[in-house]
Amino acid sequence: MADVRLASVSKRFGTTAALTDLSLDIEDGDFVVMLGPTGAGKTTTLRSIAGLDTIDGGDITIGGHSVAGLTPAQRDVAMVFQQYSLYPHLTVRDNLAFPLKSPLMSLDKAAIKRKVAEVAEVLHISHKLDNKATALSGGEMQRVSIGRALVRDPAIYLMDEPLSSLDAKLRSELRVELKRVQADLGATLLYVTHDQIEAMTMATRVGVLDKGRLVQFGTPRDVYENPASLYVATRLGLPRINALPANVFGAGAPSGATTIGLRPEHIRQGEGRSTRVTRVEHLGDQTRLHLDLDGHALVTLTDAHSALSPGDTLSVTPANPLWFDSAGARVG
Amino acid sequence: MSGLSSAWSVTEPSSRQKWIAGILVIGYALITMMPLLWVFLTGFKTPPDSISYPPKVIFEPSVEGYVNLFTTRTRVTPSQLDALPPPANFAEEIVRQRDMVIAGPSKFGERFMNSVIIGFGSTFLSIVLGTMAAYAFSRFRIPFTDDLMFFILSTRMMPPIAVAIPIFLMYRQLGLSDTHLGMILLYTAVNISLAVWLLKGFIDEIPREYEEAALIDGYTRFQAFYKVVLPQAATGIASTAIFCLIFAWNEYAFAVLLTSGNAQTAPPFIPTIIGVGGLDWPAVAAGATIFLLPVMIFTILLRKHLLRGITFGAVRK
Repeated sequence: MADVRLASVSKRFGTTAALTDLSLDIEDGDFVVMLGPTGAGKTTTLRSIAGLDTIDGGDITIGGHSVAGLTPAQRDVAMVFQQYSLYPHLTVRDNLAFPLKSPLMSLDKAAIKRKVAEVAEVLHISHKLDNKATALSGGEMQRVSIGRALVRDPAIYLMDEPLSSLDAKLRSELRVELKRVQADLGATLLYVTHDQIEAMTMATRVGVLDKGRLVQFGTPRDVYENPASLYVATRLGLPRINALPANVFGAGAPSGATTIGLRPEHIRQGEGRSTRVTRVEHLGDQTRLHLDLDGHALVTLTDAHSALSPGDTLSVTPANPLWFDSAGARVG
Repeated sequence: MSGLSSAWSVTEPSSRQKWIAGILVIGYALITMMPLLWVFLTGFKTPPDSISYPPKVIFEPSVEGYVNLFTTRTRVTPSQLDALPPPANFAEEIVRQRDMVIAGPSKFGERFMNSVIIGFGSTFLSIVLGTMAAYAFSRFRIPFTDDLMFFILSTRMMPPIAVAIPIFLMYRQLGLSDTHLGMILLYTAVNISLAVWLLKGFIDEIPREYEEAALIDGYTRFQAFYKVVLPQAATGIASTAIFCLIFAWNEYAFAVLLTSGNAQTAPPFIPTIIGVGGLDWPAVAAGATIFLLPVMIFTILLRKHLLRGITFGAVRK
């Protein structure tokens, strides 16, 4: 395990900038989650660290040493690909053992066997070890592919949306499992996702990417509560933050603010402006209210057993709003 | 109604359609196999039976053709024949019935081995060079890739025999005439364009992620190629090898022109059997039958690779 540092990394594909002046410090033992929509540069960041893509500018250091010019093998990283990329001609056992049999490792057969059995146990694939990699379900393939990374003890684990193709139940199980494994091993992890629940539950730090730039980096709590911009605020939180013109609730906006950002839990009910209920979604543990305020849509949460129905009137007022200027940057 | 009850899916052919398809396939197979079957049967006829009119379908089998294929014989007078000790083996016995004795082995065994060495040697070389070239074209950014690929293909745009005379002169100058190496190089040169094109198609189909995973797993690019790409290209390599072998094995014109003694292959040799002691069709047919076997065995051995389609599916597209 080691620190990984990106210093002003830039990368272009033809005329499109994939990464622009990206600096990121991943400390030993960190679980860093990169958030961002498709095309924000998440995967490119991983591939650049792994050495699968060369960077055009800046520097990447692993454990204090620049990795410029090193092959992926020399960088001592493990990666889980979004497409499982299991070797189809090998069994699950051989897939898991593949990194351990590399010429860089000098492990004896017994040690390889022990490692493979250990990891298979953790990921609940022990009973599938002798299957061909192609004879697995999607969830099993993805677990094998995570396992192929976990058998090693690299400087950093790089994971590219490893849970995105799994069903909800398996995803939440593996989320807990991954977090546990990371904590047990003290592993350093860079994890890419667009699933905010994964980001909030697993990360020690969250980085938010926008068009190849790192727009905020901090603890999940900090990024959630103090987003640097409206863009960051929309990346975290479900239902999404409500963005309304700054003056809909009357005066009180700080100077320069053009937008008021209201997270669903930042709307107090029972006083203030009256709104019309347009939809009520009963989710069991909570109820989402869709409100209409002078033609602006608002979403908030209410009691699970709320008796409100569409057409009802509800008065609301902001509590702890976030303010943003016309460019989307945070004010006040 | 019977169609509805028997078919699992609307795309599944009905049992009547399957019957018709089966009959057509079997009929086609019989027509195409008839000449081969005739050659095979002729190999076991006696020379008079082989040229009898009307042709004999039912006949008493004989291995005379095979004996004649592997031996050279000399005619002797009946008195000389009577003076000889009793025949030592069945071959001698068959030959003496025609007032002849075995003078020695024929060149067929040697020519057949030449075919094996040259055919398999050039196939091996074509596959090794073709796979590496195809991998490079598939994976690396090579300037003028399209033009280079077209150039490689263009070597097939004229019949190879069109350059026979320059090659003949060149080979004589280089001392490659009538050598195994010369024939291996020549057949490889003809086959390599086919090999590169076929294999590039197969390697293009193998996702790069596998090699990237192997690179990260601690392997060099060559090791990744060897351990990950090659096993998955096995299907393509097998079918390409069959095409290359069939060409090199059957090639006649260059073999006639460039080989005579040392490196002569079986195709130019087999017709020469005809001239030895009259029209010996059974010997020619026996030679053709034995000549067919290696390609047949090679194809059967590689059949499972040809039919196998298991390598896709482990990457989500």
